[in-house]
Amino acid sequence: MNRLVMHILRELPKHGLKLLLTLLVGCFFAATLVRVAPGFGVDEEQLDIRLSTQSVESIRNSQAAKESLPAFYADFATRLLHGDLGTSRTLQQPVKQLISDRLPETLKSVSLALIFGWTLGISLAMISVAARSRAADAFFSFSCGVLLCIPAALWALLFLLARAPERLILGLIVFPKVYNFSRNLLLRGANDLHVLSAHARGLSTVRILAWHIFPPAAPQLLAVLGISVSITLAAAVPVEALCDLPGIGQLAWKAALGRDLYLLTTLSILVTAMTLLANSVCELLGSMFHARPA
Amino acid sequence: MKKPFLVLSVILLALVPRPAACQSELKFVLHSEPKTFNPLLVEDDSSESIRYLTGGVLLRVNRLTQEVTPELATHWKISRDGRTIDFDLRKDVRFSDGTPFSSDDVAYTMTQLMDPAVHSPTGDAFRSGDGQVLVKTAGTDHVQVTFPAPIAGLERLFDQVAIMSAKSSQKEMAVLGPYYVAENKAGAYLVLKRNPYYWKHDPSGRQLPYIDSVRLDIVQSQDTELLRLVRGDIHFINSLNPEYFQKLTSQNPGMAHDAGVSLDSEQIWFNQVARAPIPDYKKQWFRSTNFRRAISEAINRQDLARVAFRGYAHPAIGPISPANKFWFNARLHAHPFDQKSSLRRLSQDGFVLKDGVLRDREQHPVEFSVITNAGNKYRESMATMIQQDLADIGIKLNVVTLDFPSLIERITKDFNYEACLLGLINNELDPNSQMNLWLSSSENHQWNPMQKTPETEWEAQMDKLMHEQASTLDENQRKKYFDEVQQIVWEQEPFIYLVNRDALSAVSPAIQNVQPAVLRPQVYWNIEQLTLAPQIAEKR
Amino acid sequence: MKALRATAIAFLVLVALASIFASFVAPAHYAYQFRELPDAGPSHQHLLGTDDLGRDRFARVLYGTRVSLLLAPTAALISSLLALIIGGIAGFVGGWVERIVMAATDLFLSMPWLFLLLTVRAMLPLNTAPILSVVITFALLGCLGWAGAARVICTDARTKRLADFVLLARASGHSGIRLLWRHLMPNLKPVVLAQFWISIPVFILAEANLGMLGLGVAEPLPSWGSLLRELQSYPAVSGQPWLFAPLLLFVMVVGSFHFVLRTEESVL
Repeated sequence: MNRLVMHILRELPKHGLKLLLTLLVGCFFAATLVRVAPGFGVDEEQLDIRLSTQSVESIRNSQAAKESLPAFYADFATRLLHGDLGTSRTLQQPVKQLISDRLPETLKSVSLALIFGWTLGISLAMISVAARSRAADAFFSFSCGVLLCIPAALWALLFLLARAPERLILGLIVFPKVYNFSRNLLLRGANDLHVLSAHARGLSTVRILAWHIFPPAAPQLLAVLGISVSITLAAAVPVEALCDLPGIGQLAWKAALGRDLYLLTTLSILVTAMTLLANSVCELLGSMFHARPA
Repeated sequence: MKKPFLVLSVILLALVPRPAACQSELKFVLHSEPKTFNPLLVEDDSSESIRYLTGGVLLRVNRLTQEVTPELATHWKISRDGRTIDFDLRKDVRFSDGTPFSSDDVAYTMTQLMDPAVHSPTGDAFRSGDGQVLVKTAGTDHVQVTFPAPIAGLERLFDQVAIMSAKSSQKEMAVLGPYYVAENKAGAYLVLKRNPYYWKHDPSGRQLPYIDSVRLDIVQSQDTELLRLVRGDIHFINSLNPEYFQKLTSQNPGMAHDAGVSLDSEQIWFNQVARAPIPDYKKQWFRSTNFRRAISEAINRQDLARVAFRGYAHPAIGPISPANKFWFNARLHAHPFDQKSSLRRLSQDGFVLKDGVLRDREQHPVEFSVITNAGNKYRESMATMIQQDLADIGIKLNVVTLDFPSLIERITKDFNYEACLLGLINNELDPNSQMNLWLSSSENHQWNPMQKTPETEWEAQMDKLMHEQASTLDENQRKKYFDEVQQIVWEQEPFIYLVNRDALSAVSPAIQNVQPAVLRPQVYWNIEQLTLAPQIAEKR
Repeated sequence: MKALRATAIAFLVLVALASIFASFVAPAHYAYQFRELPDAGPSHQHLLGTDDLGRDRFARVLYGTRVSLLLAPTAALISSLLALIIGGIAGFVGGWVERIVMAATDLFLSMPWLFLLLTVRAMLPLNTAPILSVVITFALLGCLGWAGAARVICTDARTKRLADFVLLARASGHSGIRLLWRHLMPNLKPVVLAQFWISIPVFILAEANLGMLGLGVAEPLPSWGSLLRELQSYPAVSGQPWLFAPLLLFVMVVGSFHFVLRTEESVL
């Protein structure tokens, strides 16, 4: 236990620095991507024929004032230091308020999705390996294939018709990916010589899985866990938009359609932070399982 | 012995909590979160809905009869020169927080509205010329507003002006309409409750509205909306797409309402901007009236209405829909679908159809793109159908769907497009509201905006006619001018009008007194008169 | 298993041939609108009925298969190879190279790449051929879809770098590229294959979703993505089971790919 704690404490500053630098670079890139994309700086309002020429010009000029990227970086950084994340152009509300209202919703959905997806995915992968049945393996794989092929919009419709909780859709999107990676990793481990040797010695399937197959594959499985967080966050955008779940995914969709620079930059930083955190934690835990060289 | 027992029983009965009185709640859906509760800054549909339900106005346009009716103003009079309007205000009216309503509130609202820093679509409709708007109050129940220049159709504009309180600490949340915003859960729903001080009563003296509260869920998906209506979770759908309307008609025909052709239109236009980054030979095509008329005649509008809109649309004739009874020029008719005539017109401009490809004088094959907004199924369908129609006369049309901001950038900033297919949502009857569309100097003169001087004779003529109709108060004279504008548009086709959609809505049998109209809001325009069937009134 | 794999291969070949010879197999051109028969049900004239513009759905499925069956696996291959190279090298080299690459990967996973797609699309001329614009979309998806798998491959490579067989290979005098290519990379196959197989449906569905922003295939060219978009509305789906035919084909093709690509490390 002490060794674990020491290891984590040793690695923490490195990961912390990595997090900070990556966030800064991420903010820069995200803002640049949004800024150079077509449609930035225009407003749907300009097409309102009731508006006079002066009003339309005024709207255009106010957008033009915000077009400079260096000015945006400076402004955003200054606001960030004061805890102000700016105001959303599309929703006309403070970004901080919007995110604090909606983040819990997404965290709930993502957590449930990961728990559901991983429980089902890893369980089926273990059954597939332990059962040593081609039929079971083929059935699980085909089922995952079916799930991978169903569009999010169709899921949303089916869940709506069935009056089922829409949050589960994210779990159904994550689970096949988790299953496939884990199944292949565990299967490779199951064919290692030491596992064959364990079988020959008559060890039980459960013991072999727990002690001889799982530990060598643990770093890779933890890496899959890390990326499944970003897969789930990415899937949350269309699912929340389609199912009208008021989370940050829906917010990101609206912000993207409106080229809302402050909101999009903040959301990108948030997602980057969550991704980095998840991957860093998984990496830290995974490093405990690495074999030492002779 | 009996008496104390009786007294005890009465006391016990008094202590037992009674079931709450039944509270009725109307439920429907908004497709997006309202951006603002300030009635002067309303620009999106959801904010507009909230304004309609909560705002008290001086005058209201009856959505069914299209006539102006008194509301907070009991009488009004417009001066002969059309610059001044006098209002006599209703007495003993209070805002939803109890603050008394008076002429000061009207003055405050008008002053805020006309503030040049507030770029309000509502306010811009009142901007008739340079100069200040003067507001005079005479006592608490009389107000006079004078504009720098005459405004045609002045009284109708007050339908959009929700009066704000000059004194209330609640600012724009203190309202004069039938409901006030009681609860707002960001991104999820709003609850409006009846305004306890609402001034309107029914003939029997009962305070309106009949329905105690309104719940508005934020739901973007029309699938969700339709399923919720069928399940009884909501009471109506204010505006329904043709595909969903058709489905509802087959499942629950009693719920589906087609109020007839709406004021909205779908149209295509060609880019006629001189500095547009498109080849010069294409600019020549697009600037030719013959070319535009030929394209128009090659499009089968009947098919567009029948196939793309499932029969819930009509071939469009011009900028004014037949639903606008007074202003529609009844002498005009839809351009015929006649591909032979189309080819004849093109040949007049030197185009030749050979081996299935139409070429111009310089042998350029006629090929151009049309942009439209991605995600709008009906526009994508129309564009695809037009693609086939034009292919029949040797024209290659490339359909390019863009997300809306990219499209807006192209048509308002870069002018990097060839043709565009979009629609016009018309909320107002008076053609004055389309001034910024027809004036050649305007930003929204979409095919060639912001001209320093009109580049064509017919645009110069249109400018003249629009100014003349705006400065005349005689409605019949105005109609003559605007009929001429419609005639010019019909001949020159800067916009090739395609279809006018029907006003489709869906209403649960649980609501009574619904009279769907063509003008927005189609279903709940008479919200205070609506009632819910007794058996489904909500309990608290 | 061999029979299953053979069946899968045969099915894929059949589908590929049907799409290549679509002009002979299809009863009508995919773009032709039978406007008197919009939303028609299956009949002898239109095996899978017609869509909302009266276009023969069977023809559109055949022609759409050409686009999706060619482009989606190609994009999946690009993303898998990029993941293998980037993740493999990072895991093999280790140290600060690995740390920088993994940080870049994390960043890559979080960026709003949608705007890059929009920007690239905006740079194309408006009269670009539909096939070219969809090729570019899939190519971009392939170039952007490597990051997740790269992370897993990197971890795998890092673990394998310290394995006995690698030590043995080093001791035998192998180093650098030879060690990476001959000894390490073949052992990363399970993750790469999982990534490849998952990417095919993910990219097809991504193309369907991107169609909402004008980044999918342009009309009238069909693709599986555009055909799957028909399933996105309740009125379309209820009472018209034949609309699920493209989805069924999609599932069977993806399933067949899985059975073809299954590693020989099958369950004992």
